[in-house]
Amino acid sequence: MSTDATIATDRLTQTPAKPPRSPAYEHYLRSLRLRALSIQGWQIGLVAAFLIIWEVAPRNGWINPMLTSYPSAVARTFMTMLRDGTLVTHTWVTLSETVGGFGGGMLLGLICAIALWWSPYLYKVLDPFIVVLNAVPKIALVPIFYIWLGDVASIYAMAIAVSVFVTVLMLYTGFQAIDPDKIKLARLFGGSRRQILSKIVLPGSVPTIISALKVNVGLALVGVVVGEFQAAKAGLGYLITYGSQIFQMNLVMTAIVVLAAISSVLFILIQAVEATALRRHGALH
Amino acid sequence: MQTSGFPAVAIDGVTLNYFTPERETLALSNVSLHVAKGEFVAIVGSSGCGKSTLLTLVSGLLAPSSGSIKVDGLAVTAPSPRVGYMFQKDTLLEWRSIIDNVLIGAEFLGLDKRRARKRAEGLLTRYGLAEFMQSLPSQLSGGMRQRAALARTLCCEPDLLLLDEPFSALDYQTRLALSDEIAAILAAENKTVVLVTHDIGEAISMADRVIVMSRRPGRIKSKHRIAFPSFGDKRPSPFEARKCAEFPEYFQTIWDELDLHDVH
Repeated sequence: MSTDATIATDRLTQTPAKPPRSPAYEHYLRSLRLRALSIQGWQIGLVAAFLIIWEVAPRNGWINPMLTSYPSAVARTFMTMLRDGTLVTHTWVTLSETVGGFGGGMLLGLICAIALWWSPYLYKVLDPFIVVLNAVPKIALVPIFYIWLGDVASIYAMAIAVSVFVTVLMLYTGFQAIDPDKIKLARLFGGSRRQILSKIVLPGSVPTIISALKVNVGLALVGVVVGEFQAAKAGLGYLITYGSQIFQMNLVMTAIVVLAAISSVLFILIQAVEATALRRHGALH
Repeated sequence: MQTSGFPAVAIDGVTLNYFTPERETLALSNVSLHVAKGEFVAIVGSSGCGKSTLLTLVSGLLAPSSGSIKVDGLAVTAPSPRVGYMFQKDTLLEWRSIIDNVLIGAEFLGLDKRRARKRAEGLLTRYGLAEFMQSLPSQLSGGMRQRAALARTLCCEPDLLLLDEPFSALDYQTRLALSDEIAAILAAENKTVVLVTHDIGEAISMADRVIVMSRRPGRIKSKHRIAFPSFGDKRPSPFEARKCAEFPEYFQTIWDELDLHDVH
């Protein structure tokens, strides 16, 4: 009696919702879930194994703890520095320098790319210089920037120098890749060069601008940390040099962990911007 | 209606040279063609014969090396809103909704926005795109996108339409259906049309006159007035025209003139 009732309600709730899945399809879905789970399992396992080896090896004297420190000590340093506020100060310095340098590099790169698009003659004149400047290892300029610009401005200059040439080249190539028929369309409607830029070229280059953002976040962070190695009185790059000079590996490792966290957060933010922008742009739907 | 005695398009003795570092090319040589108001003229020729270049000259984006081009009796010096242009690709801007794409001409020309919007909505509704006004181009099929492109061209109310192989990027069925639709729209609006195509059947089925161009340097080889007396007084739709007895005769004549068989 009662079993009949449950069967009846089952049928009522299930049949109208979805057609029954075939066993083969159920099997396929299950194998997909299993695969995703096992991949996550491996990822967590790898991190755990790394931490365990890092903890166990120095404690048992297999490697010198002076050289590597260990996770529990790094965690303790991290908590102390978090509590006394030094970590927040240094992180804030590095973060604001990165965001400032990144924004500056993007803006300067965009302005230069627009100028080159506007005047093909100017592009022809400057092309070899941009290529050479892009190829020069910008890190080599750190001491010069320090002498010229001092301890604060040199770090921003470094972040901009590292990112700006790639940005110019990427954006200019993107501008050139706009369908010439779209530009012809605008000209047929009597569009001025300014209108072509604002209504066709810039909105059409949104995907390129986003790729440039993605590349630049990482580059600006590199520029800032290297700049801090040389010049700074604060920041995570400063913590790393300072920590290694006084042989405080806890400090060095803590700074590296925070750097990894910062770059992940920035990258995730850019990815969110990318998803929204590309959906609006019509590339995805 | 204007009743001035000028032809809608007057091309007289037009020659075009263009230069590249490698060579000098004579693209068009002494081309003359007059198109009457309300006439539909198709220009056929093998690829590279300069037929698209001729359209660009009429549009005012390019100036001829010698000779003169007049639209409505006025020398062409720059693009004019009285001339509409349709491309092989729909060239819709993928980041703009369909209605905003149709309105882009009005934006560039600084026309009254509310009037343009009303007209755009009217056109899109007539072309069966009413429910897609807010969609992005990527959500539409090729035929729908090309209809939206037509609405964009007609939104600025041009008197003369230049069609640069507007159907050649579409699949065969869509192409036949759309050329029927567009022929009906253009006939109803009594527009002057110059169509450039490499498809002889398309030219014969749509046009009042077919102009055959020779291979480079482009010259006008022959002009054919197209009529379908077997269909009666009315002009057949492109689809009906393809079934008329005259169609294969025109096709054979023009085919022979195009010299497509000795392509090397």
